[in-house]
Amino acid sequence: MAVPQNTPETAAHIKRIKKSSAAPTPQIMKQGALTPWLYLLPALLVMSFFIVYPMINTIGLSFQNRDGTASAATTCVEGQSCWGIFENYHYAITAEFNTSSLQAFWKSFWSSSYGNTIKWIVVMVFGTVAFGLGFATLADRVKYEALAKAIIFMPMAISFVGAGVIWKFVYDYGTQQSQIGLLNAIITTFGGKPVAWLSTIPINTFMIVLVGIWIWSGFCMTILAAALKSVPDEILEAARVDGATEWTVFWKIMVPIILPTITVVVTTMVINVLKLFDLVYVMTGGNFQTDVIANRMYTEMYKNFNVGRGTAVAVVLVLTIIPFIYLNIKRFMEQEAAR
Amino acid sequence: MASVTFDHVFKKYGDVTAVNDLNIHIEDKEFLVLVGPSGCGKTTALRCLAGLEEISGGEVRIGERVVNDVAPKDRDIAMVFQSYALYPHLSVYDNMAFGLKLRKTPKEEIKRRVSEAADTLGIQDFLQRKPRQLSGGQRQRVALGRAIVREPKVFLFDEPLSNLDAKLRVQMRSEISKLHQRLQTTFIYVTHDQTEAMTMATRIAVINKGVLQQLDTPQNLYDRPNNLFVAGFIGSPAMNFFRGKLRKDGDKLLVDTGDFSVVIPPSKSKVYENHAGKDVIFGIRPENIHDADFVPANIDSEKVNVKVDVTELMGNEIFLYLMSGSNNFVARVDPRSKLRVGQQATVAFDMDNFHIFDAGTEQAIR
Repeated sequence: MAVPQNTPETAAHIKRIKKSSAAPTPQIMKQGALTPWLYLLPALLVMSFFIVYPMINTIGLSFQNRDGTASAATTCVEGQSCWGIFENYHYAITAEFNTSSLQAFWKSFWSSSYGNTIKWIVVMVFGTVAFGLGFATLADRVKYEALAKAIIFMPMAISFVGAGVIWKFVYDYGTQQSQIGLLNAIITTFGGKPVAWLSTIPINTFMIVLVGIWIWSGFCMTILAAALKSVPDEILEAARVDGATEWTVFWKIMVPIILPTITVVVTTMVINVLKLFDLVYVMTGGNFQTDVIANRMYTEMYKNFNVGRGTAVAVVLVLTIIPFIYLNIKRFMEQEAAR
Repeated sequence: MASVTFDHVFKKYGDVTAVNDLNIHIEDKEFLVLVGPSGCGKTTALRCLAGLEEISGGEVRIGERVVNDVAPKDRDIAMVFQSYALYPHLSVYDNMAFGLKLRKTPKEEIKRRVSEAADTLGIQDFLQRKPRQLSGGQRQRVALGRAIVREPKVFLFDEPLSNLDAKLRVQMRSEISKLHQRLQTTFIYVTHDQTEAMTMATRIAVINKGVLQQLDTPQNLYDRPNNLFVAGFIGSPAMNFFRGKLRKDGDKLLVDTGDFSVVIPPSKSKVYENHAGKDVIFGIRPENIHDADFVPANIDSEKVNVKVDVTELMGNEIFLYLMSGSNNFVARVDPRSKLRVGQQATVAFDMDNFHIFDAGTEQAIR
């Protein structure tokens, strides 16, 4: 055999050829079946230990009492309706609601963590996607595009706790004499009356949502801008020649073409908002009817020290998020398949 | 239906002048082809006409109307793009109907026009499909259909065939020509392919470096190129050029290339007499160089000794790549020619068909 240099590779290659001629299955194929698992193993181990095990444990704890020493059924209160082993879920789902009348239920629903989470989802997802899309479209047409985008993206670099503190100052409601809050300072300068932004129901929830929008718009913008850039200029020009105004080009051509990306951004944002905790925790601690599901989980767990109830809220939250994660993955797979 | 006029049109990008003082008047129902090498400004000129680029100076008119400040949507033009530029999220039908819907054309009318155009182009079976489910040729037809249904005053084509394979290109070429005859509308077509220009145009505008070189019918461009650029650009294989000197030898006027010299026939020498002693470029097309054994009767021919470098048999003809001293050139000779690679041979220059250009200005001497 004319092998110029007997390098380790060629030697191994020859060995493989020799082996494969003897064995029915070539060595390289056996290796193909096993080796990937070997490389995956560390990741699988870590993930099992830190994700799968805690998840199973959480589900287990959600069926037990406040310190995990007995079944949740033992926490039932005499004379009140009881869901047995699901008592923590009974609490997690119904405790915030006043079921005495339909009207009372309606009212209590919208001040509960569930109602607030829905407000968050609707306003924040719409807000971030709308602003993101708007900024992306406009930034595409300005001279210093990178700079404009960087400025809008900047809040993403601030931690949520930091952002919460900053905006707490902006919204600050001082005394009648001195207003150190920026927003109230502006209002009083123009002769207005200062507003207690974070404790006035129902505007307080929306004031916190606004901070969320401020932070996340840049994220949406970045992803949507990338999608917009991938729309070929010629298609837009074709539409203009075809008789479309800029407005029509945007709504009838650009938006439909990037719709798959918009969907991904929307579902991603829904997941983000469902998990949102820090802003509410820092700015109001969930008081003044601003509670959300994730903050409630924290409150039950680390303020009330009720492990059973805390984990039950956590499980409810996970179950709410799963459909959106499913949607996101499905979308992603479809996109990959279309490629 | 309308005429189109470029009146001293300039387009500048900073220091770069993409279109330099362009003056073209395109008659109604004309098929004008803008041709030139890539980056010569032909596409920019077309885009200025479409309104996709603002012009830096001059005037663009469609019909009698100055359209300098008119938005593309109001210019009543349709454009076919190189990349087809179909709307990926719309079906073929909706792609074609898009412009009509925006103009609030009645539904029945849209349906009639789209199916008529689909009939003409043979795409009736794909109307419900999305563009990505179509082949390149089918997409190109849809792009054409989208332009046709609008019934615009002027059709613009921006290298519409360059993404197609060679066979399809030839087919679409003749279809676009037919379409022009059927629609009787002004067509303005941009290409870098001189074959497309020659086969389809009623007139061709040759552009180089943003400047219009010559505007004429295909035959005139071929027979009487104004300058060296046009002569070299139009025709394939390209015209052969030889640097030389116009020299008087007794009564005879000849072009001396240093390696060989050819005598200009007396019937033609009058034009060139005043230029004797000048440095010139002598140009002759490959088909006007013959194998000495197969010279057509009744032509004034001049013999030149050559060495055969490469031969390419095409079946109906042979391309000979020849050398004479430092000159390399191509001849397109009779397929019966027996010349073979490496042979010393004699070829005949048809002195009824040659061109002489001023070596300095590169303009044709006439």
